[in-house]
Amino acid sequence: MPFDIEKIRADFPILKRKVNGYPLVYLDNAATSQKPQIVIDSIVNYYSNYNANIHRGVHSLSQEATDAYEIARQKLQKHFNIKNAYEVIFTSGTTHGINLVASGFSEILKKGDEIIVSALEHHSNIVPWQMLCERTGAILKVIPMNDDGALIISAYEKLLSEKTKLVFVNHVSNALGTVNPIKEIIRLAHDVGAAVLIDGAQACSHIKPDLQALDVDFYVTSAHKMCGPTGIGMLFMKEEWGEKLPPYQGGGEMIKEVTFEKTTYAGLPHKFEAGTPNISGGIAFGTAIDYLNSINFREIEAYETKILEYATKKLLEIEGLKIYGTAPGKTSVVSFNIEDIHPYDIGTIVDKLGIAVRTGHHCAQPIMEYYKIPGTVRASFAFYNTKTEVDALVEAVKKAKLMLT
Amino acid sequence: MTISQIQEELIDEFSMFDDWMQRYEYMIDLGKSLPIIDENLKTEGRLIKGCQSKVWLNAELKDDKIVFTADSDAIITKGIIAILIRTFSNQKPEDILNANTKFIDEIGLKEHLSPTRANGLVSMIKQLKLYAVAYQAQLNNS
Ligand SMILES: Cc1ncc(COP(=O)(O)O)c(C=O)c1O
Repeated sequence: MPFDIEKIRADFPILKRKVNGYPLVYLDNAATSQKPQIVIDSIVNYYSNYNANIHRGVHSLSQEATDAYEIARQKLQKHFNIKNAYEVIFTSGTTHGINLVASGFSEILKKGDEIIVSALEHHSNIVPWQMLCERTGAILKVIPMNDDGALIISAYEKLLSEKTKLVFVNHVSNALGTVNPIKEIIRLAHDVGAAVLIDGAQACSHIKPDLQALDVDFYVTSAHKMCGPTGIGMLFMKEEWGEKLPPYQGGGEMIKEVTFEKTTYAGLPHKFEAGTPNISGGIAFGTAIDYLNSINFREIEAYETKILEYATKKLLEIEGLKIYGTAPGKTSVVSFNIEDIHPYDIGTIVDKLGIAVRTGHHCAQPIMEYYKIPGTVRASFAFYNTKTEVDALVEAVKKAKLMLT
Repeated sequence: MTISQIQEELIDEFSMFDDWMQRYEYMIDLGKSLPIIDENLKTEGRLIKGCQSKVWLNAELKDDKIVFTADSDAIITKGIIAILIRTFSNQKPEDILNANTKFIDEIGLKEHLSPTRANGLVSMIKQLKLYAVAYQAQLNNS
């Protein structure tokens, strides 16, 4: 199917609406993506036609719902090239997945063990590990970044040792768009016997990762950034880790047998899926994956690269505008400031013109600390954005600059 | 002038503009004329929580009135503060406590009144009123 932008835009009902009297220009895709009608329909269809609790009932409706949920799991398995469907654990999102793994490691790590984070992380991939260090006495080390917003791999190599137990890095930085060399990061960690968790929240709407080829131990992501609903995500966990890690939460669904003397746990993935899950969310996540694949990731990447290059060029024509995050091969995020205008001021004015961007520290305060700035204005693009929308952004930013200086 | 007179005056001034851009430009100008807080008063303790931009607010009692000074690193926020200070500074604690903030709506800045808005206008108003409560107690005790 050729990449037809008009047809794609027509799939997203929200893109027809107006904001503050102007057509919506949605450039906050790194925070969450918009949803195509087919994903919305999938949720409505579930509740209208086969809503039932899963894995429990003998009745037909429950069987239908269970099948749909498990088919969604298989869609994820296939999409991410995961060996076994039971290595796909449904979570409520990236944050949940990271906390689940961090909690499991509190029974594995010992005082003096080292774990490694990067300077480019979202707070979701920092705070749970700091809490883990407090619980276990493990030590947190940080891979530094350079001015382009790329990680310094030679410094990473120096941090690794036989004390290193776990490395956790994002696939793509949400604040800057940097794509990290995760294949190399994983290989180097494995060389010293450390496990690796990759935070794919920001990557999966742009890139289709092959998790077996990457040989990663844990990979987490959120459906809502990939045209799916909020409140559902994936934690991939290699089978051996699934056996080793203790359950995160106790409850229904995750047990094999319960007596008051002793409970035995269910196998993967149910061991980590206590309680009634977000059933409609899981099913719609599968639909979103189908939708993205029907457009084709190679087409998405090629189109988004064009939009990013155009936006970068046009924005840089504005005098005094500085872009943060200039590593080669980044995804479609432009994080910028103009002279010493506060990003909040620019965000407020462009919002009045119907343009949605994010301002602030993007839950990545260490990056802002590195650049010594209070935050940035961040425009993040999806495959349904157009050059015309980029032009609208540029005009709005120019207007804001005029009003604010 | 009483608080409600000042509010009427502000509503009058803003009614001259017929679009948001002029209103914002005026607000930004008001921000530039803000009585700037003393550099050494920009302390952690005077920072108002709940703003994406930084806002420092200082209050002092002069006779029986409160004098507010403030600053922000964002200029639109400064404009909002300027409007609040013009309304509430040099007023008696009791009058500050009895005043309402409906005028913000009437001058066309309603969107800033939402408690989920990251500019912290709501936190600022709360802070102004907290100072009024504190100083009123002080006045009653003396
Ligand atoms: C890189 C990264 N990690 C983690 C998260 C947290 O994702 P969620 O809020 O869906 O759990 C985000 C979301 O902004 C992100 O961009």
